[in-house]
Amino acid sequence: MSKQVTLTIDGKSVAVPDGLNVVDAAKMAGIEIPVFCHHPKLEPVGMCRMCLVEIGRPVRDRATGQFVIENGAPKIQFMPKLETACTNKVEEGMVVLTQSAKVADGQRGTLEFLLTSHPLDCPVCDKGGECALQDLTMAHGPGKSRFIFEEKMHLAKMIPLGELIYLDRERCIQCARCIRFQDEIAGDAVLEFEDRGRTMQIISRSEPGFDSIFSGNTTDICPVGALTTTDFRFRARPWELGAAPSICAQCPVGCNITLNTRREAMTNGEIVVKRVMPRQNEEVNEIWICDKGRFAYHYADGKQRLTKPLVRKDKKLARASWDAATKIAAENFLKEKKDFVILASGRLSNEDLFNLKTLADHAGGKAYLYSHMAGGELTALVGVGAGTNFGAMGQGTTIVVVASDLYQEAPVWYLRVKQAKERGATLIVLNPRATKLDKYASFTERYEYGDEAKAVHDLTKNGETAEAVLKASNVVVLYGSEGLGVAGSQSLATACAKLLNENGFAGKSNNGLIGVWERANDQGAWEMGFTVEDDLAKALKGKAVYIVGADPVNDDPKLASALAEAEFVAVQDVMETATTEIADVVLPAQAFTEREGTFTSGERRVQRFYPAVPVTGESKPDFAIAAQIARNMGVILEGMSAVVVFDLLAETVKSFEGLNYARLAEVEAQLPVAGRSDMYYSGTTYANKHGLGAHLSGAATRGEKVSIPRVQKEAVPHPKDNELLAVPVNQLYHRGTTMMTAELLHERIGAASVSLHPDAAARLGVQAGQTVNVSFNGTSGAAVVKLDDSIDEGIALVPRSMGIAIREPVAAKVKA
Amino acid sequence: MSALEPAVELARGLWVTFKSIFERPVTIQYPEEKRPVRQRFRGRHVLKRYENGLEKCIGCSLCAAACPADAIFVEASENTDEKRFSPGERYASTYEINMLRCIYCGYCEDACPTEAIILGDNYELSFYDRQSAIYGKEMLLEPVPAASMLTPQKVEPGVFT
Repeated sequence: MSKQVTLTIDGKSVAVPDGLNVVDAAKMAGIEIPVFCHHPKLEPVGMCRMCLVEIGRPVRDRATGQFVIENGAPKIQFMPKLETACTNKVEEGMVVLTQSAKVADGQRGTLEFLLTSHPLDCPVCDKGGECALQDLTMAHGPGKSRFIFEEKMHLAKMIPLGELIYLDRERCIQCARCIRFQDEIAGDAVLEFEDRGRTMQIISRSEPGFDSIFSGNTTDICPVGALTTTDFRFRARPWELGAAPSICAQCPVGCNITLNTRREAMTNGEIVVKRVMPRQNEEVNEIWICDKGRFAYHYADGKQRLTKPLVRKDKKLARASWDAATKIAAENFLKEKKDFVILASGRLSNEDLFNLKTLADHAGGKAYLYSHMAGGELTALVGVGAGTNFGAMGQGTTIVVVASDLYQEAPVWYLRVKQAKERGATLIVLNPRATKLDKYASFTERYEYGDEAKAVHDLTKNGETAEAVLKASNVVVLYGSEGLGVAGSQSLATACAKLLNENGFAGKSNNGLIGVWERANDQGAWEMGFTVEDDLAKALKGKAVYIVGADPVNDDPKLASALAEAEFVAVQDVMETATTEIADVVLPAQAFTEREGTFTSGERRVQRFYPAVPVTGESKPDFAIAAQIARNMGVILEGMSAVVVFDLLAETVKSFEGLNYARLAEVEAQLPVAGRSDMYYSGTTYANKHGLGAHLSGAATRGEKVSIPRVQKEAVPHPKDNELLAVPVNQLYHRGTTMMTAELLHERIGAASVSLHPDAAARLGVQAGQTVNVSFNGTSGAAVVKLDDSIDEGIALVPRSMGIAIREPVAAKVKA
Repeated sequence: MSALEPAVELARGLWVTFKSIFERPVTIQYPEEKRPVRQRFRGRHVLKRYENGLEKCIGCSLCAAACPADAIFVEASENTDEKRFSPGERYASTYEINMLRCIYCGYCEDACPTEAIILGDNYELSFYDRQSAIYGKEMLLEPVPAASMLTPQKVEPGVFT
């Protein structure tokens, strides 16, 4: 623990860690000092003058350096004027007065000035009701203004900074929280002040406007309604919203979110999700979420939701009862026996996956995870476990990021890794091309696509990086699937696991392997024993397939033709997809917003989500549908209660041992204090009252013997002279089934692209922005050329889930 | 007590009755004839318009927040100059009052920042079913003298922003 400092605030003696500023110290003692520009996550700037207080410091004797004692107590000398509490650090013996008449006068004056040019927009402002300026004006402001209404500044309203965020210039109080957030936390310095004095305004310096994937967070910390999201624009008033705690289902980070809900006339008075807000969990996402999590939630309330079970009759899907549909599915699965295949995606909860895996085991079938990335059995062995906290990583920790563009794949991990580096951790980035994280890396190593495992192996062989890894007290490795298919990611994961296990960086907190998976609960699936299949098309052909939460037909034409040749296809999903169209039986599942369950995040933290909105149609939770099918197959599974399924899971799967819903719902006090009671301080984020989650145990932690298999080197395809090596990369905004329902993001998703080295583009005679045809293995698609001089000349980067079905590196032809 | 006294008392009583023959009757022949309401009477709500026909309501939902009976439901949308309902950025795209829930307290009137909602003088509210007790925006809005004043209106850009 750091040095404690004792000071007196409003007559109350408080002991706080040294280095804190007076605002934060007062907050810890339960004393509120009003602020606009100060934010506990940002560096203080002292711009708004709202935190003015009286500060007195003990007088020291110049000769001895001791406190001067007067009447038995140290003599306190106050400054003649008020001081900003946010820029003054606490000192021993300091005396702070926050409630004096002088302070109240200062606060009143500051507010009066702020209100001279603030419009009376509150009734039409989206921030009205959760606005710091409103709250603080009520608490400290003058009842009346001495300024004349007609003389107010009138500036442009509704300026789109980007297509996601609107700026209202009149409302802005120039606190620079948004600019500082983008500079200090997001690392995308795209916002700036332009001009000065009364005409000072926020502008976006990027093209497209406000080009940051964290832009939504600025609306949370904006103390007024100057920045609002396009998504929530006029959709409801904040006080009318219900709030249900949930977990973001978009990526493996597992950000804690709150779903704000309200009745909507458009949907016939149904309760719908109106917006997604962050929920504080300092170990996972602090108080931030990325724009994908904030804006791409619409698939759950989409019009394409499945509402009733369907069965194919005379080549057409016709409505059926649950009994009939599950019976037909069960009969066909039983008929095929060993040729029964379950293909489940990481969008499902732990309970769903557990029931599906149990069903596959009992019925003698196979259970595959729908993913292009392997190595999960290794993260289950040497993955990070109990006590791991990204927020605590700093000096002494080495973080290795390999084959992953964290900014695009797991944005909040990008923030956490960046912060850890800023706190003193060593960051090693291994990637064949330049990524955003390079800027913060202590060491950046380039390797050629296909040499991932070797690059990890070499890490401990040469000088500086070897020292950084071997001499560190903690090592965390995040591995991804950039340029890798199943085989490649398997060998990379093995190399990483070997590195960690052989050097003693497994089985301790803040040490271990993290997979940067494609979906929210891939890690959970691996823990339960799901595997990925390299040649999925072959594995599906001629089988009875039970597809849950995946859309292979849309993703890959090869899988589409394989499924066309399958004996029987049952598809269980929340919405209509290309795969439900070819199915023999379609089973409507509930979205994560409608039910309870748990997800296992990439860092192996199990977290609960809770129901927020009523169930759509006749849909059921996935685990219940699996149980119903199982019953018709003669296997008894729990199908009523998610709690019971989780208890069974905890009894069966070793790494879940000791966990239960009550344990996952435990909370403890977090710093900084954030929540809805003090929106001026930490913004509009929600406090966490429903659980911080709990880590799974790893085999290494449990003291089991961990043996890592030998690294299997995979052969990289060799492109011919007129070909390029097309490698898959992961993109945050993509054309996946769930993303496309978020119309607001379409512009950001854009068209499919292919990135080439400028020389390669010149050789092919194509220019940036030109549409070309990319073809390989019978697959082809149009893509817009982008230039990237950090890649090799023989390489073409093709983003996944953008219309061109690329699973692993492949020799491809690029033609104009 | 004299023997005549009951007769005198009877006559006195009947005199009062007799006098009222010449008084004007106070009965109002409702519903043919209607008694004007008092100035502060709180009847069925009306959503007011400006002189040019634009709605005063901006969809801020403060009336709904003030309503102790939770009788009001408001949803807002954005105005454009092509389709303008009210001055400014925002208008009420849905405005419903459940007249069965309403207790005619007038808090909505107090809460309204634009004086858009007024408790009018209509007290003749009766319904055959609960659904018809929910008054929508089209029923609550003040009628306009000319069709050109109906909302939405197409207006010159920049005038009402």
